[in-house]
Amino acid sequence: MLFLKSIHTYYGSIHALKGVSLHVREGEIVTLIGANGAGKTTLLKTICGLLKPRKGSIHFLGEKITELPAETIVKKGISLVPEGRMVFSSLSVHTNLEMGAFCRRKARSQIQKEINSLQQQFPILSERIEQLAGTLSGGEQQILAICRALMSKPRLLILDEPSMGLAPILSREIFGIIVGLRNKGRTILLVEQNARAALQIADRGYVLETGKIILEGNTKSLLNHKEIQRAYLGKGYREVWED
Amino acid sequence: MIFGKGSDMPIWDKEHECTSREVLDQLQLERLQATLNRAYKNVAFYRKCFDAIGFYPEEDLSDLSDIQKLPFTTRKDMSDSYPYEMFAVPLKEVVRVHSSSGTMEKPTVVGYTRLDLQNWSDLVARILSAGGVTQDDVVQITFHYGLLTGGLGIHYGAERIGASVLPTSVGRTDRQIKIMQDYRTTILVSTPSYALIMVDRMEQSGIDVKRLNLKYGICAGEPWSEEIRKEIEQRLYIKVTDNYGLSEVMGPGIAGECLEQQGMHINEDHFLAEIIDPKTGKVLPPGEVGELVLTTLTKEAFPVIRFRSGDLCYLKDETCSCGRTFKRMSRILGRSDDVVIIKGINIIPERIGDILAEIEGIRPVYQLVATRKDHHDELEIWVEISEGLFFDKMREQRAMVDVMRKKIAIFFGITPRIKLVEPGSIFRKDGKATLFVDRR
Repeated sequence: MLFLKSIHTYYGSIHALKGVSLHVREGEIVTLIGANGAGKTTLLKTICGLLKPRKGSIHFLGEKITELPAETIVKKGISLVPEGRMVFSSLSVHTNLEMGAFCRRKARSQIQKEINSLQQQFPILSERIEQLAGTLSGGEQQILAICRALMSKPRLLILDEPSMGLAPILSREIFGIIVGLRNKGRTILLVEQNARAALQIADRGYVLETGKIILEGNTKSLLNHKEIQRAYLGKGYREVWED
Repeated sequence: MIFGKGSDMPIWDKEHECTSREVLDQLQLERLQATLNRAYKNVAFYRKCFDAIGFYPEEDLSDLSDIQKLPFTTRKDMSDSYPYEMFAVPLKEVVRVHSSSGTMEKPTVVGYTRLDLQNWSDLVARILSAGGVTQDDVVQITFHYGLLTGGLGIHYGAERIGASVLPTSVGRTDRQIKIMQDYRTTILVSTPSYALIMVDRMEQSGIDVKRLNLKYGICAGEPWSEEIRKEIEQRLYIKVTDNYGLSEVMGPGIAGECLEQQGMHINEDHFLAEIIDPKTGKVLPPGEVGELVLTTLTKEAFPVIRFRSGDLCYLKDETCSCGRTFKRMSRILGRSDDVVIIKGINIIPERIGDILAEIEGIRPVYQLVATRKDHHDELEIWVEISEGLFFDKMREQRAMVDVMRKKIAIFFGITPRIKLVEPGSIFRKDGKATLFVDRR
């Protein structure tokens, strides 16, 4: 459903992505792993239209989206859960969720229905629905950020470091939620610092190194890969999350 | 018995083997970029090649067709990198080493990481499945086990499917036949000529071929024809498929026929195949005969970029009724260089001359003659007697012939018959002796 072909993106004068090609098929969880500064977030921002690539093309559902502004890309069905969650902390949980649907011209009642259904799926939201988002714990904020992204009814959900700064038990819950979303037919592109956990829930993975893809493969083979174990998984490192 | 059609047999890896062109093109591009990035970073040979033409993978490969900007890799390049110079990972990541038969002065040494071996097994499993192998089969592998890739390559693929594998290796035909009868072999993996040798022997010994349990034959290792296929099928009462492997690129697992028997599906998610005009190097469209050039897309330890196989064939890109979307390659129609294949071993006639020259310091006038008797291929080497080389002492002459035979046997793994002939008796064209005559 998503095809990137030889994308080059610059951050000012820095050549951050050097000819990256990648694809995500319907119903897949695809993960992108790489060290800090490898270009992971740049890549996500390029897909979402927040950064414009200098060269290359991005196709989503058969349509070229390379030149489109970010808000149009959201309407096309791509939604980003940004790094650090970025909830609107001075607004209520309810308003945060409403904000997620800003690009859809739907009746309030329809939006409210969807919020209700999310509340059913994630009871923690019901408890906090009138609280200011800033008063939520890290894990709760992450759930809110995911739900806010879901409010735009995305076909493809992109998550940037969803387990960052969370306790292991909460990370585990977040990864469980991601798997649940995929099982409901949602397609997911996941960037994670916790490479092991990401590889355990994903179908395929890409390894990004200094702006270039150096490896692609199914996650089982990547998990057993010596170079990846050494560089990203840490030797003798106990899994933080495992099913 | 009734044989399955291509469309009846299960497909080992449906997700990949039946993938859409759109996804396949994308996957090939992604994997080619990753391969070039790794090769450029880790293999001095490729870095030098790329730098020489000012090619930077990250800038200059934005489309699959951009691969045509790159130079070819030849057997000579690999021979010059003997043994490990072209490896892209440190040796401690390498879990298996094979080498190709010695057409060059030095053989090509190839390595495999753990992931490479996994992929290799899976790719061979695809080809064996396409040729009718299932987990219920008993597979007798009569390929050479050892440094060459044929035996172990097929072996791991058959095990991956879950078949019962009989690693009988080459030779000892009577024992092979006994095993085939007693162990109830259902799949014979052999060179086409060995399949015929076996059936000859069985007929001589009065064994009723119909009482064997054989169902399918998987043949490879040497060029063969549709007539030979028919002969094997009719005499062994089996259905036979062709497959293509190349030690320099991986071994078996590159391409294989389905039961439609209409050409070999190339595992395109792991290999990029091009057909070129062997003289100009220009890429030819599907349907035109030329030299097969292969690029690996996933190999880690020994990536190969635009390797000239020396094998002539053509590509078919129309869809196959078996459901696989991979392009097919025709059977091998010949060689673009002067490599001679005898008993599955590749020989360049000039190399024989090099060896003969080493022995006495003089390069004699010589000729290779391939003969066939009762499906057995033999190599004869005719050497002209000359004053410097063969004086009139019988005993020393005989010792010399022995040394020649042994040296060649050690180097090529095939024992020739050496025949001394009168000066001037070898056929010459424009004053040059013809190096190879095929009497098969």
